[in-house]
Formats: sequence, C-alpha cells, structure tokens
Amino acid sequence: MTGRAAESGDRGMTSQTGGSAGGPGAGADRGDWGAWDVSVWHEKTLALDGVSLCARPGQVAAVVGGDGAGKTTLLRCLAGALAPGSGQVRSPGARRIGFLPTGSGTYPDLTVSENLAFRAAAYGLSPGAARERADSYLGRAGLAAVRDRLAGQLSGGMRQKLGVIAAMLHRPDLLILDEPTTGVDPVSRSDLWWLVARAAAGGAAVVFATSYLDEAERAATALFLDGGRGLAAGTPEEIMAATPGSLRRVSARPEGEAGKRAWRRGGQWRVWDPPGQAQAVPADEVISPDLQDAVTIAALARELELAGGAS
Amino acid sequence: MWAMIVKEFRQLRRDRRTLAMMIVMPILLLVVLGYAASFDVSSIPVAISGPQASVAGRMLPHPFDIVSSEPGNGRAWAQDQLRDGRAVMAVVTGAARPVVLIDGSQLFAARAALAALAGLGRGPAPPGAPAAAAPGAGGTAGAPGGGGPGLAAPRVTILYNPKLTTSDIMIPGLAGVVLVFIGTIITSLGVVRERQSGTLEQLAVMPLRPRDVFLGKIVPYFAVAAVDLAIVLAVGIVIFGVPFRGSAAVFALGALLFLFVTLGIGVLISSISQNQGQAIHLAVMTLLPQVLLSGLIFPLASIAAGVRWLAYFLPLTYFNEISRGVMLRAEPIGALWQPFAFLALLGAVVVTLATMRFRAYLAPAQAGRRRRRPASQGRVGDGGPQQPVLAVPGPGEGA
Repeated sequence: MTGRAAESGDRGMTSQTGGSAGGPGAGADRGDWGAWDVSVWHEKTLALDGVSLCARPGQVAAVVGGDGAGKTTLLRCLAGALAPGSGQVRSPGARRIGFLPTGSGTYPDLTVSENLAFRAAAYGLSPGAARERADSYLGRAGLAAVRDRLAGQLSGGMRQKLGVIAAMLHRPDLLILDEPTTGVDPVSRSDLWWLVARAAAGGAAVVFATSYLDEAERAATALFLDGGRGLAAGTPEEIMAATPGSLRRVSARPEGEAGKRAWRRGGQWRVWDPPGQAQAVPADEVISPDLQDAVTIAALARELELAGGAS
Repeated sequence: MWAMIVKEFRQLRRDRRTLAMMIVMPILLLVVLGYAASFDVSSIPVAISGPQASVAGRMLPHPFDIVSSEPGNGRAWAQDQLRDGRAVMAVVTGAARPVVLIDGSQLFAARAALAALAGLGRGPAPPGAPAAAAPGAGGTAGAPGGGGPGLAAPRVTILYNPKLTTSDIMIPGLAGVVLVFIGTIITSLGVVRERQSGTLEQLAVMPLRPRDVFLGKIVPYFAVAAVDLAIVLAVGIVIFGVPFRGSAAVFALGALLFLFVTLGIGVLISSISQNQGQAIHLAVMTLLPQVLLSGLIFPLASIAAGVRWLAYFLPLTYFNEISRGVMLRAEPIGALWQPFAFLALLGAVVVTLATMRFRAYLAPAQAGRRRRRPASQGRVGDGGPQQPVLAVPGPGEGA
C-alpha cells in the first residue's frame, strides 16, 4: 500500500516510498506507529535524511532539535501532510490522528468553544461526548473561564493549550504536536504536559517536537535531529549510556586539539575524549554524561567525523 | 521614509504575481474593455410573419436583419420570437396596417430600431428625440409617416418595457452584479485566510474530503447571498417598479446556478492566491469584465467580435439573459435552456478546478507519493529490508 489515504478507517495505514526503504525493525511492535528510514527533499534540499522514529501507544516520544533540524518535516510526514521521498511511515487513518501544526491550528475568529465544536464535528464526535471532554480538558488547562473568548484574543500559551485540546479531543491513536511549548510560560507548560500525559495515559502514542532538553528527559524516548539527520535516539538512559569515549570536567578550556572537543557549561568546561584518546586525568575530573552532554557529544562526534572525512 | 519605501519595493518585488497583475492586467483590461465599450447597434434582428412577410422584408434595409420570415404565422409567433430573444423587432403583416413589435427589454437595440423606423418614415422617433411621439401607456404609437409601396404605415408596439425605462433592464442584471461583487470577493478570501492563519495545514490532516471543504466554504455564503438577492429584487420591484412577469421558480433556479458559479469562482481564486491581496486583486479583475462584457451595460451585439467571445465565459452574461428574460419577458424555461446549460457547464468547470486545487492542498501526501512512486514497493511485514527502529548513531560507531 502506498500512501496514507486521506479518508481511512481506524486501522493503521502504511506508506513506503523509495527504492531503499527500510521497515520497522525488531524493536517495533505491530501496534507501533512511526517513520522508518524516511528522507524528504524540499526542492533540492535534503530536509530529512534516513530518519527513524517509533511512537508506541501509551508513550511520549520527543523529537528534539534546533531550528531547521527537520522536526516539523518529520511530524508532517507522520501526520500525512507530507509525502516522504523514501522510507516508510506507519500511522493510523486520518480520523485517528490528532495534529497540532506549528502555531495553534485554531481559528482566531472563533471562540474557544466554537473551535472545539468544529473539531468535534469534523471527527464525528457526538455533541455530548465532545462537551464532556472539552469541559474536562478546559477545566484542567485553566481555560474554562475563557471558553467564550475568541481564540485570537487568547495569550500565546492559552492558544497553544487550546490547540492541544483540539488535537486530542477525539482521543486519537497518534497525537502529533509540533512545538506545543515553544514560547509558553512555565505554568502553561505544566498544563500542556498534563494534557500530553493525559493523552498518553489514554493509550495514545504521543509525538511532540521541542527545542527544550528538559522536555526530552520527561519523554519515554527521544529522537535528536541535527541538520535533517538523526543524531541520537532511544530512552534518555539509552542515549546517555551509548555515549562513546569519556567526558571530563575542567576549569579552563584546554589548549590544542582537545580544545576543539571542549564546550563551556555553567562556569566550567566539558572536554570529550573519543574512544582511544582517553587522557590520563585525575579521577575527580571524569564525569558521567547527562542527556545534554550526550547530545552535545553526539553532535561533536559527527562534526569531527565530517571534518575528518573532508580532510 | 526612505527605509519604508525601500522595504515596500522589496516586498513588492518578491510578490511577483501581484506585480505582474499590476502591470499586465490594466493593459489587458483597457484593450478588452475598450473594444467592449460601444452602444452602437449595427444590426437589428427582425422576424416577419403574415402573408406579406416577403414584401415587408424587402422594405427593411440595413440595419434591419431579417432572421426569420414566416408568412403562415401570425402575431403570436412573432411575439414568441421577441420573448425568446430570437429577434428584437417583429413585423406582423396581414391586417390593414402592419404591426411592428419591438422588444423594449433590449433597450439599445429597441431605440436603434425606433430610430431606424423613423428614418424610414415608418415609426415614431426614438424617445427623447425632438420629433418623438412618446409611446402611449400601452406602448403603441401610430407611425407618423406614410406607408411605403405595398404596405400601409405600421402600428408600432413596444413590448416588455413599453416606456423604454433604463431601470427596468438594469435592475435584473444589477442584482447579479451585486452578488458578483459580494460573493466573489468574500469567498475569494476563504482559503488564503486559512493559509495565512495556519489552519490550512490542520485541515489537510483532518478527515475532510476536498469537496466537503469546497462545499463547506460555499454553503454559508450561498445562503446569505440568496437572501441578499431576494432583498435586492424586492427593492427593485417595490422602489423602482421593475416588473416580474415570469416564473419565480425558473428565476430561482437560474439564480441558484448563478450563485453557485459566482461563489465557486471566488473559492477557486482563493485557492490559487498566495495572500489576501492577490485574492482581492484577482477577484476584482474578474468583476470588471463581468460588468462590462456581460451585456449588462453594452449590448452583446455591439461588442467587437474579437472580445465578445469572452462574454460567453462569464456567468453574469447568462444570469442577465435569465433575469431579463424571466422578469421582463416571462420567458419559459424551455426558451432559456442555453443560458441554463452554460451556467451549469461553468459550474461544473469551476467545481472541478476548485476541487482539484483543494485536493492538492488537502492531500499533499498523496500527490507527492504519486510523483515519487517507485518501481517496487513493500509494506510492513512483507519481508522488506529491516532497519533498527531507533538507530543511535554514536560517534566512533559511524552514523
């Protein structure tokens, strides 16, 4: 089957394109959604290069990366808004996907209630069920008092919460959220995380994009993207454990070649020594990498590898 | 100020479509509309009935154009020719004085016919002319001149718009113009608004079919525009005394078709526009030709043949025919089948094009996949090449 039909039943749909596409690996169950070895070209630019992501029911998967890393492209592939050039996407039918695009995806000239009513009707929810769920979510997210306010008059955080509620109102099997917490205050972030956790607890596979590392730590699995390529993936523990070489903490940037493998963190410096280049250093300088260190090392390793390849 | 000017120029340069429309469209419109702007009637189609039809035909030189001559038929047939728009003037012979019937709903052609008759000495001068004997309440006037060889001076009767009132012929068409202005412009903003507010992508992943979105965009405006049309017509009838002689059902059917096409054009414009400015610009560009080329102001027959063909692609052309035909001449639907058929055809084309555009927007995944369909494909579980689900490309291990 090629192409996730715009109109499909509750059963999952699989799309595969490209001559060298991979499939879900041994770690993926039949009930998992996700993208495998997906590549996407925007015009002549390779926006995603062989990226894989597995989204398990009841779990939250974070897609982490900076601007232009490919987060939105990957999420759009999962949502069916974009066809991958190659690779495989497995996602439920359109009725079973909830999607929050960049921005809130809500109508600024409709009230909070009207936005939710539109979404409920489009997904075939009965008015009673829709009202009941909307009341519950709005109440928990602190939006109950503004249900009659135009979405365009909400603060950024409120609008994002409305967008997430609208995306999860029909209790989708796969909930895809593109940077729901960007630019949102800490209290609203907390509300958003409650909503995300609620969706996962209800059995949805949740995939959300974020630029915040602390949010990746809260997710069951994380995929780090850099320049359209996967940098690291797995549970935070797996990512940290997979860090090659060793890491040390020093008070000043080292001189020479080691300086290229050093970065400032807080008031001190971290220095990564690749496998086979371990330095004889005092034991108290060696530290275990946390997630931030692990990701930085992964990026650094790729950079050095590319530099080595180029030379 | 300089910074502002530079910024605006840069933005304008990037919006190439608007720039092109600003430069090319005015030239095109001026040329097209320049050829359209003509009240001159060079040909007056005439139907002649009665035993002396051939004699009468010989007595009517240019600009009269004998389109049909039926010696065996009488006044009823002749009147049908006018009602159904096949002729502007009909001559009924056989009585002591021939009767000339003129279709007053074709204002300019009717005036030209009166002027031409006056020139022959066989009819009253056109209304407003110094020698004019204003047609009576029944629209009938005796010919001031004497009869020509073989025929007595005719009695001239102006039908459908006996006083040749401009408002009587304008208001049925103007009702359509009002709807074109309101409907096309409002609906032209529909899709670009979705695009600019970021909700189009949301729609794209929702379980909505392209035609659901198209109809969903049109129906609310359709209802409002239908009420609008009823109000405009009521105002025309009550305040301006425009007659409504035909079938309300036939008119309603024509109006519904016209509204559908008009609103559909708006949605189509919206679907091909990148921003609201472009949408409004394009909408206005479709409005001007409709007003000037549809026969509302300038008679279709007066428009230069090189641009007249454009009129046949405009829904207002057909709505004019239907509204004037029904309201003024009580034309039955059988006589109006052509405008109905063309409106329906236009509607089908507009719906097809708009739906195709929506499909491109709402199902980009499908469209993209079709473009990139590989020679061989597999699906999960088909034994295709297996990859780690979550690859962790660590440095040193290779990416």
